[in-house]
This record gives sequence, C-alpha cells and structure tokens, in this order.
Amino acid sequence: MKKYDAIIIGAGHNGLTNGAYLAKAGLDVLVVEKNDYIGGAAVSRELEDGYWYSSCSYVCSMMRHVIHRDLDLTRHGLVLVPYLGTLAFGDNGTILTSYTAEGPNYNELKRHSAHDADAMFRLYADLERYSVLIRKTLLRTPPDPTSFKPRDIRELLFLAKTFWDLGEAELYEYIRFFTMSAAEFLDDYFENDFIKAVMATPGIIGTALGVDSPGSAYILLHHVMGDVDGNIGAWGLARGGMGAISNALAGALKEHGGEIKTDAPVDQILVKNGKACGIVLENGDELYADIVVSNLDAKRTFTKIVERKDLPPGIFERAENFKIRGSSGKVNIALSGLPKFTGVPDNRYINRGGQAFIGSMETLERAYDAWKHGTWSEDLFIESVIPSAWEPTVAPPGKHWMSNFIQYCPPQLADGPWTAEKRDAFGQTVINKIERYAPGFKDLIVHMEVRTPFEIENEIGLTEGNIFQGELTIDQLLFNRPFPGYAQYRMPIKNMYMCGSSTHPGGGVSSACGANAAREILRDLRKPNTVPEDDCYDD
Amino acid sequence: MGSYDAIIIGAGHNGLVCATTLAKKGKNVLVLDAAEAPGGLAQDRAFHDGFMAPIAHGATAFSRTVADKLSLKQAGLSFSGSRSTTALDADGAHVSIIGETVHGVDPSETAAYKTYRQKLLRYAKVLDLIWHNTMPRIGGGLMDALIYARGGLKVRMLGKEDMGEFVRVITLPMRDLIDEVFSDPKLQGLLSWDGVMGSKLAPRSPNNAVMPLLLRMNGESGGDYQTPKGGIKALVGALVTAAESAGAVIQTSKPIKRIIVDGDENGQRATGVELESGEVFSAPIIVSSADPKNTFFKLLGAQHLGIEFTNRIKRLRTNGYVAKFHIALSDAPKIEGVEDLGGRFVIAPTFDAIEFAYDEAKYGGASTDPVMEFTIPSFNDSSLAPANQHVLSANVMYAPYDEKSGWSDAARETFTKNILSTLQRYIPNLKDITIAHELLTPLDLEREYHVTGGHWHHAEMAVEQMLMMRPTYQAAQYETPVPGLYLCGAGSHPGGGLLGIPGWNAARQILK
Repeated sequence: MKKYDAIIIGAGHNGLTNGAYLAKAGLDVLVVEKNDYIGGAAVSRELEDGYWYSSCSYVCSMMRHVIHRDLDLTRHGLVLVPYLGTLAFGDNGTILTSYTAEGPNYNELKRHSAHDADAMFRLYADLERYSVLIRKTLLRTPPDPTSFKPRDIRELLFLAKTFWDLGEAELYEYIRFFTMSAAEFLDDYFENDFIKAVMATPGIIGTALGVDSPGSAYILLHHVMGDVDGNIGAWGLARGGMGAISNALAGALKEHGGEIKTDAPVDQILVKNGKACGIVLENGDELYADIVVSNLDAKRTFTKIVERKDLPPGIFERAENFKIRGSSGKVNIALSGLPKFTGVPDNRYINRGGQAFIGSMETLERAYDAWKHGTWSEDLFIESVIPSAWEPTVAPPGKHWMSNFIQYCPPQLADGPWTAEKRDAFGQTVINKIERYAPGFKDLIVHMEVRTPFEIENEIGLTEGNIFQGELTIDQLLFNRPFPGYAQYRMPIKNMYMCGSSTHPGGGVSSACGANAAREILRDLRKPNTVPEDDCYDD
Repeated sequence: MGSYDAIIIGAGHNGLVCATTLAKKGKNVLVLDAAEAPGGLAQDRAFHDGFMAPIAHGATAFSRTVADKLSLKQAGLSFSGSRSTTALDADGAHVSIIGETVHGVDPSETAAYKTYRQKLLRYAKVLDLIWHNTMPRIGGGLMDALIYARGGLKVRMLGKEDMGEFVRVITLPMRDLIDEVFSDPKLQGLLSWDGVMGSKLAPRSPNNAVMPLLLRMNGESGGDYQTPKGGIKALVGALVTAAESAGAVIQTSKPIKRIIVDGDENGQRATGVELESGEVFSAPIIVSSADPKNTFFKLLGAQHLGIEFTNRIKRLRTNGYVAKFHIALSDAPKIEGVEDLGGRFVIAPTFDAIEFAYDEAKYGGASTDPVMEFTIPSFNDSSLAPANQHVLSANVMYAPYDEKSGWSDAARETFTKNILSTLQRYIPNLKDITIAHELLTPLDLEREYHVTGGHWHHAEMAVEQMLMMRPTYQAAQYETPVPGLYLCGAGSHPGGGLLGIPGWNAARQILK
C-alpha cells in the first residue's frame, strides 16, 4: 500500500494552500475531501443552469499577495476584480454610497453630515495604520509566550518591538481598538447614526457579537485589513466566483505533483504509538502518511475524527469549549433581471459593488438580540452583491446572480431544530427585506438557495456554520488560537498538524493559515522553507 | 484663606486615605468636601425618617495593605469576615456561597467551584503587585520597565499550563468563563453577576469582566462579601480618625468652585482652590479625588489642558448603569429557607436573566425584569433603623444614566414598581413591612454626589480605561498635565470600589 509524505484532510483553500506548499517542497501530498467538489467554503457551483453560485464566501480581500504571486495563481486562472463602491440602505429611504474614490466619497458623506465627512479621513487613516501592524503578523507563526526557546523569544521580541515602536500615544489607541465595541469605537468619529451603522457592519460579520459588544471593533479591523492590489480595505470579486481561488490553488498543487481525492470523507485519524500515521475513510479504506494535517476546525478535529484515547488529558475538553458559534446565514439567488432599487437613479453603482441593507445601529443590535433568543430578527442585516452586474461570467447573459450574507442566524432555534419550513421562513424574511428596498424584486427570482448554520455545517463541515472556524475574540487569537500551547500548528499528537482557520491568523480567504502550517511542517522535516514570512506592499 | 502643603478635594475614602498617607509623612494637609459629612459614596444616607443606608453597602475588597499601612485597626477598623452570598430562588431552592463552599448545588459543582475559585485567586494574587503600584508610562525609564518585568515574571511563575490559561481567561466574557465549568443555572447567574456588577457589561460581553473581578478578589476575603464591623460608617470613621490623628484637617460643607492655576504661557501650576463661598486656600499640591471629568472640566477648566488630552478625557466612558434602591422596613424581611439575613443576596437567576435585562438598557430603557443584589445592612449596624426595624439596600441593574426619557417621573415609577415586584417574589412579606422606599438612578447619584454619569467607579472599568490608561495616559500616574495637580480617586489606577488603593498609590507618587 502506498504511503504518502503528507495527507491533508479537507480541500478548502487553506488545505489546498498547505498542500501546494508541501508539494512545492518536494513532498508526496494527498488532499482528501468529503464532498464531490473542492474548495470547502470557497466554491463556485452551478446550482441552476448557467448560474454559478459562490454559495458560501463571496468576496475576496484577505488573500495574501505574496502567496498569490508565489504559487503563481494568476497563471492558474485567478483574476481579482475590485469593488468600486457600495450602496448602503437605511431607514426611511436613507442611502449612502461609499465610493473608492476620495472626492465623491467625501461629497456623498457630506450630504449626511459634514462633520462625519471629515471624520472619515481620520477613520480611514487610523484603520490603515492599525491594519499595517496586524498584517505584519499574518504570515508569521505566533510565539509561545510560555516557552524559552530562542525562536519563541525572538518572535515575542518582534511583537513587543512592533508594538513598542508605535510610541506611547499610539499604543494606547491600539489597545482601545483591540478591546472596545465597534459602536463605542465609532462614537469617537461619527455623529450620524446611519454612517456609524454602515461603518460598524464589518464588526459583526461572522461573529456572535453585536455592534455594542466589546471586541467587535477588532472584528471590524479583521474585515478591512485585507486589500486588493495593495489597496488596504478594498474588496474584490474573483472572476468566475470564489471557486476560482480554490481551482487556482488546486492547479498549483497539482503542478507540483500533489493529488486530490474527492468523495472521501474521513472517519478518523490513525494513531499508532502516539504518532499520527494515516487516516481511515468512512468507506473503510486506510491511507497512510508520515504526516496528517487537519484543515477541519479545532472542535471537529478533536471531537469527531480523533479518538479521545489518543489525546493527552484536557485537549478534548478544550476542543469542546472552543468557541465556534454559528451566527450567519446565506441566501443565494438567481435572478431573471437586475432589481431596481428605490432612490438609486439608473441603478447607479449596482454595477460596481455591493449593497448593504442595514437600517440603523439599533436594527443591527436588535438583530443580535434576536440571535441570543434563539431566533432571527424580522429586520436582519443583509450584505449583498450582484457579481453578474459587473463580472459577467457567473450568470447567463442579461440574467443575474445575487449573493446575500445574513447576520444573524442562530445555529439552534429556541423552538427546536431547524426544519425545511423554518429554513424557508428565514429565506422569506431575507427577501422581504430586500423587496422593501427594491419593489418587484421577488418577481425576478428564478432559484434560491437558503443556507442556515445547519446547512453550512452539514455541507461544508464548518461547526455551527461559523465562517471563521472559531470566534475571533482575544482569548482565541494569536498564541491562544486554537488553544494556548498549540498555536504553532503542531497538535498534541506527534506528526499531526492543523492548517485551517481555527489557527492563527483566523478566518477569511487569506491562505495564511495553510501557508504558516506548511512552514512549521517543513521545519520539523528539516526541509528548506518554501513559505514566505512577509507580505509585499506594506514596507 | 489658609496655606497648606496639600489640599485634597473630596473626603471620600480615597481622599481620606491619600490625606492620611501624606499627613503621616509630615505634610500639612487639608481635606475639603462639599457634603455635610465625610465619606462620599460610603457615607450613610438618611432616606426616610429614622432610616439610613450607605450607598456602598459592602467593603469586600478594601486593601489589606492600605489598612495595615494606615494602622486602621488602631483607628477602630475590623472586618466582619466572610459573609455568605445567596442566589435567591423563587421556590426556596437557594444557592449559597461562602469561601470555597457552595450549598444547594450538585456535589460535582461544589468540587468544580473549589477549583475555579482557587484558580481565580491564584490569578488575583499575580496581579496584586500591579494594583498596589503606580503603573509606569510605556517608554519610561528602566526602573519603570521593572514593574512590567516583575509583573511578567509573576505571570511566568504560574507555570506553563497556568500561564497559558491566565492569558486565555483574562479577556473571557463571564458566560464563557463560567459555562466551561458549571452547569447549574443559578450558580451560573450568581457567578456572572459578580463579574458584571457595576459595569456596562452582560454575561456575553468579552474583554472587560475578568480584570475587575480579579481586583475585587484581591481583598482579604477573596471576593466574599464582607462589611466592617459596625457597618460602612465604621470604615469612614476609622479613615477620619486615622487622617485626623495624622494631623490632617477635614472641612465639610465646603463646595469647591475651581482649582486656581497660576502662570503664563511659559508654564502653569495649580496653586490652590477657591470655594463657592469665595474662600481661597492655597497649597503647592492639589489632589482631586473627584472623578476625572469633574476634575478637569468643572474644577480645572479645559483652557488649562491640551486639546488631545481634553478629547481623551471627554471620550472616557463614564455612564453608570446601576441604580441604588433603599427600603425602610417595619420588621425583618422573611425569605423562605434563609435564616441568616446578614449576608448578601443576589437575584440573577440565569445567564439570560442578566443578559436580557442588559439588552433593554442598550436602547436607553431601564430593565423590566431587573437583576440585583441586596443586603439588610441594619443586621450589621443597628443604628441604621429604629429598634427592631430594618433597611434593605439594593444595587439594581440595569438603569442607564442616559435613560431615554431623561428619567421622567413615569420612568422612575415604572422602574420602582418593577424592582418592588421582583423583590416581592423572593420576600413574600415585603409589601406588609415596607414603610418607604427610595430610588437613586445614576442621574440622581450624579446630582447628589457629584459623580459624573453617576458611575460608582468614576469611569467604566474596561481594559482600555484601566492600568496605565486610567483615566488616560498623561494622567495615569496620578500626576496631571498641570503641575501641582494630582488625581487620587476611583478614576485612577486601579479603579473603583471601596479599595483605598488609588488614594494610597497617589500619595506615594506625590511623596516621590
């Protein structure tokens, strides 16, 4: 029976990145995937004739450039198309268009508040500075603060110096930013509630926190620290849908000799004499390897595919307590034509970027309150984009595909488990809200896919459908991610690693987790490092 | 007119601690307070004919170090020792905690509580060094960095496992901290109450709960409820005695109009205070135990401060979320299954009960189903009520300072009704024995006690407003941008509660 150098469980973008780097270093790599398609949550699937659904993630901004370049993803078909602006809808017909270009953006903000138009410059400048600091850590392995190894001490000093160099005043601003709520953080800048709400939305996407919860300001940063072509905070589409990213990574993997096996759900990781030595598939097939890398989330990895007896004491409990809360839903819609939004002359800017259906700060927070009660708000926050309006490859000519990301959607309902009826009722709530802003919208619907945390968990394997593979709160960031003592991608079982978003630097289609894990694996194998540590653009 | 070495603004407990510490070193100290009696929020308040209650009804975390250094024992202070805290259950199945013991829960929970408490006490001990020292400025000298190095070493000395755990739990929301360990809903409610009490926090709110909790656990009783023998007034009394015997002069009913600043464009300096009456006192050192916003904006005036500093003080989060509620009782309250009424009682039955009460406050509403803790202070101090009669003192959440109607009469009435009906559920004879009651919203506390936002802690105890950031940098070492002016109140490191540490730290910093 063949023995691989490394088997990676899960062909999501981090698993493929990890595999690509290991294969590039000359390892014999196999990536196994439970679904009959690759990509995990970064997929494009033709769920309706001619319509290509990016059924989970829908926007690209966090992908590390250096990986993009290093793995030659452009040659493997990855092209990013930047957003030029976003329309945000408030109560009583209030609309705010965010433009990438400074001049128009300023004028538009001024329509709502002259004070806030000026404050926006300050916010952007601050966010960019904060981002640059975090970005320095993305492609580095977090140090273990309890260790006295030279490498850990060096990395700790690097972190300490990075912070120290900020200077006193700036450092305190960072601490505020890292610990405060998005609402209170934005109170320092804006007076207009709607502008605040528009700027606060990245603070809640994918997380079980509200705009008023301490810690949501960091989530806000996590969503805006990405970039398109070095333009920090910019978002973009992948041409052909998010699957283009996975396909490009798979292309790189295969080019370096790696293999992918789909339709291969893993039953468990084989452990002999305290060392991981392969996997057993659900069909009973055993596959062997020197190294096993799990791209599943930490909870799933340690409570589902590793036998408890193989784990040192305490790890199972840590995995059980790992915070991975379902809070988001997704509604993907095939449309026969472009919706007509009230108050948007000529559908201006629909063809250049996203739409956010917001309401007010209170709407956002009340949607979170509903989640706490195990239900969903009738006035949900919806972040949408109609990629086909400006990236024509994902829908038939003249037709459109619309992605709607919804916050919040509970993983369990107070009145019992999710059923098909409840799921459809959730979908109805979403399209009802859009219909309010775009009368006639419902008549355009050709096909609709509604995904609650329940569907996302079942199809993609993300516990509770959490898009980050674990909450991005301080107790689960950097050297605490996924658990203290195991933040360097090596897991408690020898020869076993993790490479998913449950590890540093966390969720988002960044490929950073997979790349960082590959660096540590190569280090343990005493192979030359093929993984970059620094990104371009920032210095 | 008079001249002193130092003038302390406010005769609250921190002002008195600071005054005593300075006077003991031979300084000629004057303490001025606007109220008729010293004690600030620790003084007894007559709310009905013959009935009194202290605003602060516990002294759980008063610093042993401060008590020792100020010889408060000799001044007559002693503590009751640990008192039980009981989470009330409407059906009488209460859960009660004292020390490491829990009554009314499954034995497995009792064992878990012991481990949980020991763990938190270990962490509290690590931080002791931090609380009892001035937090140095980042980028200060080598000696300053030493505090951080020593703090870091203490954390490191916990051992690998424990250190990792410390770093992880320090920012956890109460709900996660507790949910990992306990499954009894009443115990969960009770323990999370101890983390969120007094703050704009709910059990699900991350980052800001554990640090203040560890600060409260740093006291002698390890976080157990305790009072001074003879009530809170005994603590105030001891502090006054200590201050006066050290030679400090305390003058009450002396509201201050402004802090006098002399100087020109080449430099300014605080040189004295002017009273509302026009009277002037001068001293080269002015120490304010008033909250930072009051100190800088009302007493000093922003014209003496730089714009960035002013902005940072302005954005301090100082809105209070706790109301004080007093009831005059004609007889002892009866609580089913409870014999000792000298402890502390908590009505916060589950995580969600607290969380949902909080949710209303986010939008400016007072909680319909309030959560609270209460004590019957007259059991420990019989002078608070006529013979055989009692007072009930409750801290009720959530009562937002910026209530949407501005605490209209209707809003106060509804909130009062909700508090009473909640209490009635647990104290069946309440209606029959109630003589009078009083609600003090944060707005009332602000008006009557000159505390901005009516916030107990003078400023929210949140990470970004603690340690070397309390109240903000350039004022966190008790010195302010105006030479000669210092802070020593709860708005300074380590923060609010009846601790006495800010006053003591400030005095030592002044003496340096």
